[in-house]
Amino acid sequence: MLRRLGTAVGCLLILVWCLLPVAWIISLSFKTQESITVGNPGFLPSEGTNAGWQNYIDVWDNEQFRRAILNSVGIALIATVASVILGTLAAYAIARLEFRGKKFVLTTALAIAMFPVVSLVGPLFDMWRTLGLYDTWPGLIIPYMSFTLPLAIWTLTAFFREIPWELEQAAQVDGATSWQAFRKIIVPLAAPGVFTAAILTFFFAWNDFVFGISLTSTENARPIPAALSFFVGADPFNRPASLLAAGAVIATIPIIVIVLVFQRKIVAGLTSGAVKG
Amino acid sequence: MAKIQMKNIVKKYGDGFPAVNDVSIDVADGEFVILVGPSGCGKSTLLRMIVGLEDISSGDMVIGDRRVNDLAPKERNLAMVFQNYALYPHLTVYENIAFPLRLAKAPANEIDEKVRAASKTLELDEHLDRKPGNLSGGQRQRVAMGRAIVREADAFLFDEPLSNLDAKLRGQMRTEISRLQKRLGITTVYVTHDQTEAMTLGDRVAVLKRGILQQLATPRELYTQPNNLFVAGFIGSPPMNFLPATVEGNTISLPFGKVNLPADKAAKAQGKGLLIAGIRPEHFEDASVAANADEGSTFSAKVDVVEWLGNEAYAYIPFEAPPEVQEQLTQLEKDLDGESMRTQLVVSLDGASMVAAGDDARIWVDASKIHLFDPATGENLTLDRPVQPNEQADDTAGPAERGPGDEPETTRVREGN
Repeated sequence: MLRRLGTAVGCLLILVWCLLPVAWIISLSFKTQESITVGNPGFLPSEGTNAGWQNYIDVWDNEQFRRAILNSVGIALIATVASVILGTLAAYAIARLEFRGKKFVLTTALAIAMFPVVSLVGPLFDMWRTLGLYDTWPGLIIPYMSFTLPLAIWTLTAFFREIPWELEQAAQVDGATSWQAFRKIIVPLAAPGVFTAAILTFFFAWNDFVFGISLTSTENARPIPAALSFFVGADPFNRPASLLAAGAVIATIPIIVIVLVFQRKIVAGLTSGAVKG
Repeated sequence: MAKIQMKNIVKKYGDGFPAVNDVSIDVADGEFVILVGPSGCGKSTLLRMIVGLEDISSGDMVIGDRRVNDLAPKERNLAMVFQNYALYPHLTVYENIAFPLRLAKAPANEIDEKVRAASKTLELDEHLDRKPGNLSGGQRQRVAMGRAIVREADAFLFDEPLSNLDAKLRGQMRTEISRLQKRLGITTVYVTHDQTEAMTLGDRVAVLKRGILQQLATPRELYTQPNNLFVAGFIGSPPMNFLPATVEGNTISLPFGKVNLPADKAAKAQGKGLLIAGIRPEHFEDASVAANADEGSTFSAKVDVVEWLGNEAYAYIPFEAPPEVQEQLTQLEKDLDGESMRTQLVVSLDGASMVAAGDDARIWVDASKIHLFDPATGENLTLDRPVQPNEQADDTAGPAERGPGDEPETTRVREGN
């Protein structure tokens, strides 16, 4: 009994710890700007401080914000899809084939993933300006991919290794080409891994701030996290905190949608029953 | 339907080790051939070379009239059942069976018809909508078979399909496979390490040891006319006894005494010095029970242990072997995947025998069934050669009926290294 109570209290503590900032920012996004600048006691928006949906309407009416959302969605999705496709093919080769330099590829990938992002910003800034990639979508997609590919490759390699090779051989004996065996048997079975890699890649790309703010200068390619930091209301000395809060809440919605969509695909133990054992 | 011809097939791995070494086997159309041998003998590698999952280092693989060495598995039109079944876990039983047909882009109604027919044959009707993960071992096995029979393949290949089933199910599936193969009349190559499967299923059995074909013959011939020590020791359970022996005139000296040998056998072993005599346990009998136990072929020995099973009893009689024979026997034991145990004679006695442990028993041996092997080469000196293939096949109701008898049975012997 005491133990169950302890578990419950522990869970509650963790929930509060994790969700309080979220609750706070949601509550903030419903308050009026005045109530924040003037200072207003109370966690929940109350009479006089309640802005209703006004903040959301305002932030959505902002051309820059909409553009930033579009940039973020576009860049993150393209980076995710490209990274997952490349990662799948690379991981499949690493899991299945014996070739020279296999270890090298894996360790290099890991080394890249461990590289501090900040140290690359300077060189990339110079390079991108020379190459004309500065302040463009590819200018962000490329660094995102190079940082998420290693992760995708490692996750997917582990998944591919768990798929019995006989399945692929059986498919080939059944009359499939290597590509058909890969597409019809291996990829569906590796789906949990593919979606795990996709979620991680999407998170990285969506949440990135350092590249987003350093490699862009206009709304041409500026993603949401960077855009929010540039979000200035009518009064430059007075940041519109409630508008920012509303913007932040909107920015989390795609993440939640993506997780909900992909989560259903991440079903562990999909390969059970393939072989005896 | 097609015949499969393997001509001097060699498989060398990267380190130059020949996993399969110069094996030639002709599988006639409709024939059921077993590849058998202890683990690591290259039987699975050979099967995978037939189906195309393993490259062939040298030699010719001919299926039907096509040389298939360089063809991909999909172009060979063979069906294979894997040891671990290799079912597609994300597809239902129906889709698993339909998979080869879908790849061949067969029309939907034809697929449905064929899948239903296969599932009916294999009694899978009520499981068609389930996923392999929810099936029992035997059901999975049948799904794997269904996937093989649903298409009109030129041949079936089985890679130890029953080794993951429990003993009872294995027996049932064995007869099921045999029945299916006879009904479909399809060329079949079946890999196993289980000699019961080898003896009961095969029209002919190829015994392999370390990549080298030891003997290719009907089960009956393998049992009665083993080419060498290895085949003799591998086929039969409990295995053949190997005893040091010397032949002088028409008598053979065994560790337990002298026994009269038929003249023709004695002639073949004259002047060869120390030999290894191979006698199957059932060719011994308790002299007091045996009907025709003449004095010339009985000896007396102290029985160490008796295992009485009702219909028969196994008596164990330890003996000492001279070192030159001992070495060969230890090596043989190693080749057969066994542990080197003490040298002992296993004697199968009639259930009526009253011999008990510790007794000095009079044992009669059927001297006409003794094989004599050269200890250096392992070769059987007392083969009744030449064996006419049709004579052998007559009493097995095997390949002769189904047509492969028109080719002479190719029996190749190679000495162990």
